[in-house]
Amino acid sequence: MSSILTHRLFWPVVMLLVLFAINLVAFPGFFVIEVKDGHLFGSLVDIVRNGAPTLIIAVGMTLVIATRGIDLSVGAICAISGAVACSILLGSPNPGSVGTVVTAVVVAVVISLVLGVWNGFLVAVFGVQPIIATLILMTAGRGVAMLITEGQILTVNSPPFKVIGSGFLFGIPVAVLIAALIFTAAAVLTRRTALGMLIESVGINPEASRQAGVRSRGLLFTVYTFSALCAAIAGLVLTSNQTAADANNTGLFIELDAILAVVIGGTSLAGGRYSLAGTLVGALVIQTLVTTVYTVGIPPIATMVFKAAVVTAVCLLQSPTTNAVIASWRKPIAARFRKATV
Amino acid sequence: MTAQNPVVSMTDISISFPGVKALDGVDFRLFPGEVHSLMGENGAGKSTLIKALTGVYSVDSGRMTLAGADVAFSGPADALRAGISTVYQEVNLLPNLTVAENILLGREPRRFGGIDWRAMRKRAKELLTGLHLDVDPGSLLGDHSLAVQQLVAIGRAIDVEAKVVILDEPTSSLDADEVAELFRVIRDLKSSGVAILFVSHFLDQVYEISDRLTVLRNGKLVGEYRPEELLRIDLVQKMIGKDIAVLDDLERRTHSAQSGGDLDGERPIVSAIGLGRKGAIEPLDLDVYEGEVVGIAGLLGSGRTELARILSGVDRPDAGELRVDGVSRRFRTPRAALSARIAYSSENRRAEGIVDELSIRDNIALALQADKGWFRRIPKKRQDELAASYISALNIRPANPDALVRNLSGGNQQKVLLARWLAVAPRLLILDEPTRGIDVGAKAEIQKLVANLAENGMSVVFISAELEEVLRLSNRIAIMRDRRLVADIDNDDLSVDSLLAVIADGSVTSGATS
Amino acid sequence: MRRVNGARSGTTRKHAARVAGIAAVAALAVTLSGCAGGGGDQAASGPKDAGDIVVGFAQVGAESGWRTANTKDIQRAFKDAGIELKFSDAQQKQENQIKAIRSYITQQVDVIAFSPVVETGWDAVLKEAKDAGIPVVLTDRAVDSEDETLYESFLGSDFIEEGKKAGQWVVEEYADQTEPVEIIQLEGTTGAAPAIDRAEGFAEVIGADEKFQVVASQTGDFTRAGGKQVAEALLKSNPGVDLIYAHNDDMGLGAIEAIEAAGMVPGQDIKIVTVDAVKDGMTALAEGKINFIVECSPLLGDQLVDIVKKVVAGEDVEKRIITEETTFTQEQAVEALPERQY
Repeated sequence: MSSILTHRLFWPVVMLLVLFAINLVAFPGFFVIEVKDGHLFGSLVDIVRNGAPTLIIAVGMTLVIATRGIDLSVGAICAISGAVACSILLGSPNPGSVGTVVTAVVVAVVISLVLGVWNGFLVAVFGVQPIIATLILMTAGRGVAMLITEGQILTVNSPPFKVIGSGFLFGIPVAVLIAALIFTAAAVLTRRTALGMLIESVGINPEASRQAGVRSRGLLFTVYTFSALCAAIAGLVLTSNQTAADANNTGLFIELDAILAVVIGGTSLAGGRYSLAGTLVGALVIQTLVTTVYTVGIPPIATMVFKAAVVTAVCLLQSPTTNAVIASWRKPIAARFRKATV
Repeated sequence: MTAQNPVVSMTDISISFPGVKALDGVDFRLFPGEVHSLMGENGAGKSTLIKALTGVYSVDSGRMTLAGADVAFSGPADALRAGISTVYQEVNLLPNLTVAENILLGREPRRFGGIDWRAMRKRAKELLTGLHLDVDPGSLLGDHSLAVQQLVAIGRAIDVEAKVVILDEPTSSLDADEVAELFRVIRDLKSSGVAILFVSHFLDQVYEISDRLTVLRNGKLVGEYRPEELLRIDLVQKMIGKDIAVLDDLERRTHSAQSGGDLDGERPIVSAIGLGRKGAIEPLDLDVYEGEVVGIAGLLGSGRTELARILSGVDRPDAGELRVDGVSRRFRTPRAALSARIAYSSENRRAEGIVDELSIRDNIALALQADKGWFRRIPKKRQDELAASYISALNIRPANPDALVRNLSGGNQQKVLLARWLAVAPRLLILDEPTRGIDVGAKAEIQKLVANLAENGMSVVFISAELEEVLRLSNRIAIMRDRRLVADIDNDDLSVDSLLAVIADGSVTSGATS
Repeated sequence: MRRVNGARSGTTRKHAARVAGIAAVAALAVTLSGCAGGGGDQAASGPKDAGDIVVGFAQVGAESGWRTANTKDIQRAFKDAGIELKFSDAQQKQENQIKAIRSYITQQVDVIAFSPVVETGWDAVLKEAKDAGIPVVLTDRAVDSEDETLYESFLGSDFIEEGKKAGQWVVEEYADQTEPVEIIQLEGTTGAAPAIDRAEGFAEVIGADEKFQVVASQTGDFTRAGGKQVAEALLKSNPGVDLIYAHNDDMGLGAIEAIEAAGMVPGQDIKIVTVDAVKDGMTALAEGKINFIVECSPLLGDQLVDIVKKVVAGEDVEKRIITEETTFTQEQAVEALPERQY
């Protein structure tokens, strides 16, 4: 019992369940998942599908944060990735062909990887503080996206491209499959190899890690590049979902949602131990929160306050101080119990 | 003195952490105007008891009184307000702030709602003068040596109107003169009626300054004694709980190792030729042979640590060359040195050694894993074997490979660090102050280990401020003074006095064979 | 409150757009140099020869497609009229705009026109213009000033009127129906003038008949992704909905995707009314997926030219002139689409 209570995912999971319960009361069909036109259809499906881009970015963000860093540029990279893909599709005589779409996706991802390497370069080689290094691309990146789209919203009509964000495979949204793939890949790559432990080590004590022979520079390059890759993919999902590249709005503030998901998931911004499972729960909490606003019918003016209240609650419940207080309430009871059994 | 009422009284105190019972029903009392030493091995519960007293940890059970009234502090700030002031084992100050700011942090003199900087410097200067410390209060703390930082921390502790001053290993980075200074300060405090809780691993110092001793072992109280009634050998036995055979054994072993150390005609595995770095060490020559323990002696700031950092690739040399097996090598990173199987264990355990949020197992495997690369993960089973074997070989406590290193005592953290370097099977192991802040038992264990390793063919460079230790372990001793290597002498009949003479005068002839 | 025109140029000017604007300016400047000061050789009417008139125009920036169309139309109209236009781009900064206006005053232009970046802080510079005897015309956005004599006229859209037009179509469309009509409203960015006014005008008209029920009203932030996500959630919790009213085309386009994903036909199963009439919206209208669009036109160049001519000729002009705007049905969209420029 106490091990469940002290588990770092306890409160985020409780919050998720509470949000589910609120939705169920407001909308009894909330948990209903039916098959419509050969694919899954229901509120829960929407939550995981709409939450997919945030989750994808949050996975990359988790690893960056574990190294004591932060990546603010992911939203801008989303916009660039979408803008590149859409401009290639629009420039092609045959935007509907799978080949064109594959080209567009590959080019968008490669350009984003270059941007990730740039971030890694600033942080790992020049030792620029991550928040500053990625701030550069966060602001300049939108400008780059604007140049690519020439300030217009680029609408594309390409059925294969649309599949990425709105399509279904075996009845499951493709966006969810992509997110699951990235999540699993990140988990396997970091936990089945030594990458995860080394990332944590660099995040906890960079100098000790260096003296132990850990190649922290290479690790930093890797996590920032991976984060950019995640952002590129999330940008493609977002762009495909709205069938248009919108340099101004695609991925706007998604870096903050991703950071929040990581923090709700129990990974400290001070770096070190991270939890991808926590990030998953965090991303789901954030997306469910959005849906709750709609189903409960919270007036748009009060939406921000509502979200802030929930997030504050989660963060307070997770704080070490709160947990210490809760532990001190429990202790007398446990002590009495112990005496009784001895 | 006992006729008085104790200023601090702790009764039946228990505290446990996940996997560790840190204190188990311990009693402790402290009278005004006395120096009371808290003795015990690492992990005995000394630091925990201090943290319980100062409110860092809340106690699971037991009763504490201060000047007769029940107390339970919510934290060090709370304890400080009640008159309990602490200087911790590791300096807990802010290197980015000035000396004056560090001394008066949180109680800065105020003027017109702002900080009165002038009064602050003046007050700090007075305190420093009282400590006979010639330091500019406006200079950054981080620019000073650890010893000065330690004295500044003490200055901070005595600035408050303290009833109780706790000094946890205050002398571990101080030289003899600085210790004398500190003791003078302690006696002043004592005569003004302050109760002093003193923790040190230096038995000489404990016997010199203490009025009373309390011995802990494995979280339990062994007893309270007066130093004049307790022989040193008995104290050590009470602390480690077994007879002193370990130490005798060590004496015999090292002497046999030394007598067998005939190294003529062999090629050194590592040699420095004119190796230097501006601002760190002047160019010097040094050879290390297989199976040899080379001690490096010298005062703080003599360049002994700087030499170790250059040998191990932590810092890069800008003069001379370094040869490994006769081949010239340039180590750009510690990683490169490690791949040549040269390992360095930093003197700064907390900042450059342990990775405190990781488990014992991960900490032990870290260097080995870093060497293998990201993707060739050491299998879990192998990691467990590694951890288990070092935990038992080095007697690491708690013997739980999943315990976070953060929760270990200083000595056990040091052992974990040693295990990390041993796991990469180095040919040359450079140990910088491996026994600092460690109790007699653990110290003996580590010394024994070093002797063992050399016997089995590993070369060791051993750096320590304790000359007895250097003398006991080394085949050869290199002496550093003012960033220069002033002597490189075989350890035949050397004594502490003869070493001191070289350190003081910088010349070998002035009594190396006394 | 009138801060923004055009739904896309949502009031909360996103931080990134500022940088984007800087980046886009370089590209824009190239096209401008060809336009400004062109064609003084055309015949003119009125007391002062059109060829002798010089107008200074201080644009907000190039933050959206709507704004770009606005800029292009103004440049075209003045060129066609043979009036010299001095054009400046403020990159969404008031200080730049004030500088530009001061420089027009020193250059002794005949008329100054501008779209104020913000509502307040104009009194001083407008006073300078008035003292120099140069009349000022506001386009698209108003200023908040006690002294109405500081400017000659304000030319721009009436968002309340747009909401009313949308409401009127709904009232007519369901004139024969007696059962309740369930409506979902997709609002613009919370607090933005167009969002507030379009909701107000719409509510005023449909409020006359009790059968019209707005069952849910949430903000989609004027974006396609926002519209889609809100519509997905609201369609599930309000399965009986008949009509969606979106405050701009983009959110309407997002709603179309949500409706299609729910296995329904947009434009038939659920009707859609939007505001803006940008090209993507018009295309959807022509395809029958949207039922009715109220225009919010950026094309106010010709009207501005007329006002300038009148002011220079000393004729009286109305203090408030509404942009000439129309509405489009599906049939009209098919006709208008080929000529649609933005």
